[in-house]
Amino acid sequence: MKDGITPAKDTEPGSTRLVATLGFAGLLSGLIIVSVFEATLPTITEYKAKVLQQAVFKVLPGISSMQPLAYSNGKLAAAGGDEAEEDRIFGGYDANGMLVGYAIPSAGPGFQDTIRLLYGYLPQERKVVGMEILQSRETPGLGDKIYKDADFVASFNDLSADPQIITVKKGKGSAANEVDAITGATISSKAVVQIINRGNQRWNPRFDVSPLPAGAE
Amino acid sequence: MVAKKKREDLAQEFIKGLWRDNPVFVQVLGMCPMLAVTNSAVNALAMGGATFFVLVASSFLVSSLQRWIPRQVRISTYIIIIATFVTVTDFTLEALVPTVHKELGAFIPLIVANCMILGRQEAFASRHSVKLAVIDALGMASGFLFALFALGSVREILGEGALFGVPLFGADFEPWVIMILPPGGFLTLGLLLLFFNWVKERKDRLAAQLAEGEVS
Repeated sequence: MKDGITPAKDTEPGSTRLVATLGFAGLLSGLIIVSVFEATLPTITEYKAKVLQQAVFKVLPGISSMQPLAYSNGKLAAAGGDEAEEDRIFGGYDANGMLVGYAIPSAGPGFQDTIRLLYGYLPQERKVVGMEILQSRETPGLGDKIYKDADFVASFNDLSADPQIITVKKGKGSAANEVDAITGATISSKAVVQIINRGNQRWNPRFDVSPLPAGAE
Repeated sequence: MVAKKKREDLAQEFIKGLWRDNPVFVQVLGMCPMLAVTNSAVNALAMGGATFFVLVASSFLVSSLQRWIPRQVRISTYIIIIATFVTVTDFTLEALVPTVHKELGAFIPLIVANCMILGRQEAFASRHSVKLAVIDALGMASGFLFALFALGSVREILGEGALFGVPLFGADFEPWVIMILPPGGFLTLGLLLLFFNWVKERKDRLAAQLAEGEVS
């Protein structure tokens, strides 16, 4: 191939030609993007569902099956698919099909951006039994300890939420509803606790009136 | 003889991007992803790989289409081409390596705004043959990848005491948290620039001395 192809002729092209060039480029680009989007969408959706399911099993230890539930018209029932995001939770069941607890998604402001998390909750005992951060943009090395610090994450494995969870300075925690804040990440730690408290505020009254969902596996 | 010279030219074109005119260390372009996502070696490689694909593919297309793109709308057309490849990369990464995609977040779409990529289209690909444009893009993209990786690995080694997530120093090592925070990025970049300038200056001085010696 010859090096240095002659550049496009320097005569002034009509505006029709310019519009046509950009229009054609845009059309082609749109077609490519839509087809790649369509091709990758199933994999992406599948992965997201898998991550969520794994998180549910992680925050509710000892369950053997789960089902998405939604709160509508004053009671909890199997999710139909058109309920608002904040009215959906997951029920976890043991091998005999008995309800173990709920996995509740909740979100709130963190230090940098919204933190989204999922926590396992036993409504009868008002106890948190696990917490998993689904999405956060906390500072690397400091705030991201809310999911990297094993001790902090483990402190949600057996935590009383009665009347509510409180964050305390490291080493001062003794009561069943107290969590040690992470040194250097106090705001992020408090945010996690507040997000869980907020989830409980919304869901506790609903659990008290609602009977166990019938017909759930 | 001519063929050999031509091959040398191509090699020069490649090395230009990788080393002599390295987009990061010499031209100081593309600083936004450079500082933002290099807190670990894996992130740096993923970002470098994504940029690599976008740059090479865009250069190829821009160079092949140069006859049909009117001068007046060339920049908009380049941006459409670049944005298309970036979006394709974004979806592909999300489907294939979701964990890496989650870490890089908003910085993949931001490749569109990487001035190095548009700069190569305008300064090189739109005026040269497809072959030269691709070689140039390969060189520049490798240079960018190399620079990101250099920064990312230094920051991960010092900031986490690990490389690719594998601990290097044992439990007694206290990570320099500052290295994975933004100041660590600036610090490392500054030191690397210092090093590259020192190497360059030293080479120039040696070349000057050599030339003097030959004359006398």
